[in-house]
Amino acid sequence: MTMRADVAGLSFRGRTASIGFARGPFIRISAGENRARTAGKPEDEALALREATRSAAEQIAELATAAGGEAAQILEFQVALLEDEDFMHPIFVDIGNGHAADAAWLSALDAQIEDYNSADDEYLQARSSDLADLRDRVLHILRGGERQAPKIPRGAVICADDLPPSRFLEIDWSAGGGLALLRGSPTSHVAMLARARGIPMVVQLGSLPDGATALLDGESATLELDPGAEQIALFERRREAHRKSRASARAILRRPAATWRGEQIRLLINIQQVEDLDHADAQYADGIGLMRTEFLLSGPGGMPDEDTQYRAYEAVLRWADGKPVTIRTFDAGGDKPVAGFTPDGEANPFLGLRGLRLCLARPDLFKVQLRALARAATRGNLKVMFPMVTVPAELEAARALFAQAVADLQAEGIGAMLPELGIMVEVPAAAMAIGDFKAAFFSIGSNDLAQYVLACDRTNGALGNLIDPLHPAVIELITRTAEHGRRAGVPVSLCGDMASDPACVPQLLHSGLRELSVNAPSLAQIKQTIDRLSHGGSGG
Amino acid sequence: MDMLETSAEGPFVTGKVRLIHAAGMHARPAVKLTKLAKRFQSQVSVRASETADWINAKSVAKVMALRAPRDATIEFKAHGEDAEAAIAALIDLVATDFPDAGA
Repeated sequence: MTMRADVAGLSFRGRTASIGFARGPFIRISAGENRARTAGKPEDEALALREATRSAAEQIAELATAAGGEAAQILEFQVALLEDEDFMHPIFVDIGNGHAADAAWLSALDAQIEDYNSADDEYLQARSSDLADLRDRVLHILRGGERQAPKIPRGAVICADDLPPSRFLEIDWSAGGGLALLRGSPTSHVAMLARARGIPMVVQLGSLPDGATALLDGESATLELDPGAEQIALFERRREAHRKSRASARAILRRPAATWRGEQIRLLINIQQVEDLDHADAQYADGIGLMRTEFLLSGPGGMPDEDTQYRAYEAVLRWADGKPVTIRTFDAGGDKPVAGFTPDGEANPFLGLRGLRLCLARPDLFKVQLRALARAATRGNLKVMFPMVTVPAELEAARALFAQAVADLQAEGIGAMLPELGIMVEVPAAAMAIGDFKAAFFSIGSNDLAQYVLACDRTNGALGNLIDPLHPAVIELITRTAEHGRRAGVPVSLCGDMASDPACVPQLLHSGLRELSVNAPSLAQIKQTIDRLSHGGSGG
Repeated sequence: MDMLETSAEGPFVTGKVRLIHAAGMHARPAVKLTKLAKRFQSQVSVRASETADWINAKSVAKVMALRAPRDATIEFKAHGEDAEAAIAALIDLVATDFPDAGA
């Protein structure tokens, strides 16, 4: 759609598929047409199709080898389709009935593409461009065409209706460039390829006039055609700002560790569910400081069985590949009710049966989780922590149940072990009597700690100004816990929202914390914050 | 979890597993599933709901057409000499979320 025409060039807006900036010649490409075949003898037509699919599979395999990684996996789908007897059989039947190879192939593929396009699922719709790619490749061979790479100047902004993945891979992107699609989808394979290559891509631009040069801004999803000097200057300013922020954040992430006053600050991540590990920055974390397990309770099957839980824990340990993973046992209750698990009708759920209190009250359900964790402990660097612990007796009761689960499993001949056990420090009584707990580590839950110290329900918006995690009383308890850890040689970390807030991080370091667990998207910013504190002089 | 049952086609083995893949049964999982199914001699069928028709687990086009969303229960049925091994391998593939190695 046209946004404005009051400046030299025209500006169009679509949807972002891949962030980045490209400025270059504007080139339109389209799939070439060849002459249709005249049907020969059915045997000859069948042979022609067989040979065409074989050379198509070879071409695709070559592309896949050259491209590697994700691109190779995408192309595998096309090869799999060519090798699918159920899919190919009706086409050969059609040929047997006197149809030309290209016509039979075309109608089968068009029907499949139509089917994918009519799906509700955007993901499946996006797959139709892979099918169109395969359709055109085989058709081209059947019609005697020589496939050649499109002649495209380097660094061009390429415009097409939609672009198949194999065409994307044939284009030389080494000098940059961008992709402006009239249709297309942000979830298509070609969008994934563009993101992986860092090629800006904007889709669903509608119809576009011709132009000689273009500015493509993947961030704001705009395409500007034949821009004037003012548009170019603004574009370059946006590109430079983007480049700087990306470069500094990424560079920071790649450094091995953050340090402050010569001490290493370990930065771990919090995850809500296994899929959170897909975040691109997760790989740069020093481990997982908090894996919540409540998501397991909200699945369609009700309470998850031991194997389901084990698979989730094991998947995270496998991903961590030896880095520490701290899993927190079910923290239901409070503002996280779970049908069939948490009690109904509590007047003050935050002061009620929640966290470890609830688990100890329901040993039948707790035992299932402890068994799954005991099995997972043999598969990586697992630590387990209990939430909402008030007195040492609760930790010891949980430890006894855990030890019993390990003994039961071993008696059944199943590999199991007791992991390191720690507690969340979020009840003020626990923070004040921290020396009484025989825990292998402490993790400060600053959200709940602030709520209980300040007597403010953290879900009550009217108390927003009062619930300040930097209140001296909260900081006092954090500092006390960190000092105890240092004296006793017990690691202390903090996994609440404070750790992901650049405004709170200086205070946490001053309080003596050397390990923070943050949300994956905040990792770069927090690492940058610590870096600036240690190099900017304000950290003293 | 596997059960040995008998139908008109003779004894068969079944098994079910929850699809944990975030995007559901899309192209890459479908390719991995069909490739693995093809390694076995047995006839292997799959469906994504108890009322649906069984389809050939060796056909990528058919497996894509299942349109199985995340959290769907995937059922397998196999008959043939290596039916039990086929079911075990396929269940493992889905349960471990289609790992890259060895697929």
